[in-house]
Amino acid sequence: MESVCSINNFVQCLLNLGIAPDLAQFINILLGVVLVAIVPLVTVIMLIYIERKVAARVQDRIGPNRVGPYGLLQSVADAVKLLTKEDITPLGADKFIYNLAPIIAFASVILVWAVIPFTPLHVGADLSIGVLYFMAVSSIGTVKVVVAGWSSNNKYALLGAFRTIAQLLSYEVPLVLALLIPVMLAGTMSMQGITIAQQGMWFIVMAPVAAVIFFIANLAEAGRAPFDLIEAESEIIAGYNIEYSGFKFGMFMAAEFIHAFTIAVLAAVIFLGGWSGPFVHEVPVLGFIYLGIKTFIIYLFSLVLRSTVPRVRIDQLMAFNWKFLVPISIINVLMTAFLLQVVRALGLAPDPAQATDFVANLPQAVILLLGNLVVIGIVLTMIRNTGRRQRLEDEARHAAALERELERVSAPAGD
Amino acid sequence: MVPLWMYLAVAAGLFCIGAYGVLSRRNAVAVLMGVELMLNAVNINLIAFWRYVSPLNMAGQAFTAFVFVVAAAEAAVGLAIIISVYRNRRSVIVEDVDLLKW
Amino acid sequence: MIELNVQTIAFLIFAACILGGALGVVTTRNLIHATLYLVLSLFGAAGFFVLLSAPFMAAVQVLVYIGAIAILIVFAVMLTRSMTRLRDIYNRQWVMSAIAAGLLFVLLMVGVILPVWGVGGAQAGREVSEVVASTAELGTALVSPNQFVLPFEVASLLLTAAMIGAIVIARDDE
Repeated sequence: MESVCSINNFVQCLLNLGIAPDLAQFINILLGVVLVAIVPLVTVIMLIYIERKVAARVQDRIGPNRVGPYGLLQSVADAVKLLTKEDITPLGADKFIYNLAPIIAFASVILVWAVIPFTPLHVGADLSIGVLYFMAVSSIGTVKVVVAGWSSNNKYALLGAFRTIAQLLSYEVPLVLALLIPVMLAGTMSMQGITIAQQGMWFIVMAPVAAVIFFIANLAEAGRAPFDLIEAESEIIAGYNIEYSGFKFGMFMAAEFIHAFTIAVLAAVIFLGGWSGPFVHEVPVLGFIYLGIKTFIIYLFSLVLRSTVPRVRIDQLMAFNWKFLVPISIINVLMTAFLLQVVRALGLAPDPAQATDFVANLPQAVILLLGNLVVIGIVLTMIRNTGRRQRLEDEARHAAALERELERVSAPAGD
Repeated sequence: MVPLWMYLAVAAGLFCIGAYGVLSRRNAVAVLMGVELMLNAVNINLIAFWRYVSPLNMAGQAFTAFVFVVAAAEAAVGLAIIISVYRNRRSVIVEDVDLLKW
Repeated sequence: MIELNVQTIAFLIFAACILGGALGVVTTRNLIHATLYLVLSLFGAAGFFVLLSAPFMAAVQVLVYIGAIAILIVFAVMLTRSMTRLRDIYNRQWVMSAIAAGLLFVLLMVGVILPVWGVGGAQAGREVSEVVASTAELGTALVSPNQFVLPFEVASLLLTAAMIGAIVIARDDE
C-alpha cells in the first residue's frame, strides 16, 4: 500500500486514520466540492482583468494599468470598492426573495463545474447524464431572473425580467438541439465519455454547424454581446438587476463573467476534445493545461466578438432564434442522424477497438463534414438571396420615392 | 437503503397536500399548482416502485416520462385557459367562472 | 430500526423540502411565494429521483418543471397580477377539504402502505436488486417497437397539440 496521501487515494488515507467510511466519503466529497467551486471563483478575478484589457486593445485604448504591475490588481480594487458600497434594499421589495436571487444566480453557474472533466482522472462527478445535467442546472438561471425582477418591485426590473426570460427560454431550444449532436456522435451523455470519444477526432471537425450553434446559443444564454440585452443600459436602464447594489450586484456580475468562461470551457470539452492532447495519459496533469489553452482560445474569441459586434434589438434577437437558429438546428440533427446511419450501414464507422486512431476516424469524419458543408452552403445561399431581395426592394422603394419627389418639384406651383 | 414505505409515505403526504390545495384554493393558478403537486406525488411513487420492485423493467421510468409530457401539456393549456378567462372576465377566481352554471 | 447514514440524511432533507414546499404552496397568500415553494418541492422530488438511482428523471424534472413549468406559472401569476393578493385565499369548503385530505392520507397510510410495505408487511421482506437499468436502456425502451414507441409518438403528438391549443387559446383576438 502507498503510504503517501494524495488526491487519488484520499479516502483510503482517511480510513487509515481511523475515520468511519461514511464520514471519510463525506469529507472527500466535501473537499472536492470546495475545490471545484473555488476554481471559477479565483479565475473570475483574472477574467475581468483580461476582458478589460482585450476590450481596450480592440478599441485602441490601454485599459487598466494603474493598480499593481500592469494593472493586474485592478479587479481586486474593483471588488473591494463593490464591497464597501451601500447595500440598498428597496422599500417595497420582497426582502427574502430579493436576497435569494444573487445566490441562485451564482449557484446556477457554479454547479455546472461539477461535471467538467479537467484531466482523465480529475472530474468532480462523472455523471452518466452530464450534458442533461448542464441543461438542467443552467435552466435554474431563469428562476433567478424571475425572482430578481419581481422582488425588486420596480417596473423596469420586471420588464427587463420578462425580456430576459423570453431570451433565455428561446435560446434553450437550439442549445439542446446542438447538444444532441455530440451526444449522438459519442453515444453517451457523460462529459468524460464525450471527451474520450474525441481522442481520435474532435467533434468540431465532424459537426462544425452544431459547434457554431452551440456557441451562439450559449452566448445568448450567458447574456454576452451581441446578445447582452440583459444589461442594455441604453434601453431599459439595466434590466432585471437594476435595484441591486454593492455586494449583491457584484454577485450578479461575477456570475455573468463566470458563465461566459463556463461556456468556453464547455465548448472546449464538448467540441475541442477537452483534456485530450499528447502524453496526457502518462501525465494526467497536462490535461489541465490542454483544457486551459483550448478554453482560452474560445474565450478570447468571445471577447473580441463582444467588443466588435453591435448589440441586437429584442425583435431581431427573437427572429434570429426562431426563424434562423431553430430550423437550422433541426435540419442539422436530422442530417447528422441520417449520415451516422449511412456511415454505419456502409461499415465506415471506426472500430471500437481503434476509436482513438486518427486514420480510422477519417472516413466517418469526412462524410459528416461534407454533410455539414452542404448545410452551411445552403444556409449561406439563402442568406445571400434574402439579403439581395431586400436590397432590391429597398432600392426600388427609394427610386419610387425619388421619382415622386422629382414630379412634385417639377410640377407647376399653382393650380 | 431507505425502506420503500418511507418514500410512499412522503408521496402520499404530497398527494394529499396537493389535493387539499386543489379543493380549497380560490385562485385558478393555485389550483393548477396543486395539480402539479399531485402529479409529482405520482411520479415519486412510480420511480420508487420501479427501483424497489423491478429496476430492470423500464416501464416505471417510461411512465414517468409520459407523466412529464402530460404535466407540461396540462400546464401550458391550463395557464392559457386561465389567461383567456382573465382577459374576458377580469378574474381568475374559480367560483367567478360560472357562465355555464344554471 | 433505520440506520442513520448519508443516504438517510439526504432522504430526510429532501422529504422536508417536498412536504414543507407543498405546505407552503397551499397556504401562502402571495402566489409568487407559492410558486417558489413549488420549486422547492419539485427540487426535493428531483433529489428523491437521484436517491432512487434515476438521474435522468431528476435532470428532466429540473429542466421541465423548474425551468419551464414553474416559469410558466410565474408568468401566469404576473399576467393576472390583480389576483395575486386575494382577501380570502380559501373557498367555503376548505375545512371539509382539509378533513378529506387528512382522511385520505390516514387511509393510505393505515390501509395500504403500512400493512403491505411497512415493517413486517406483506411485501416488506422483498430483496432490493442492486442492478439498475441505465439511462441508455430507457432510451432504447422508449423507441423500441415492442415496448413504448407508440406511446412515445402519441406523447409527442399530444405536446404538439397542446402547444397549438395553448397559442390559440391565449392569443389576443385581432
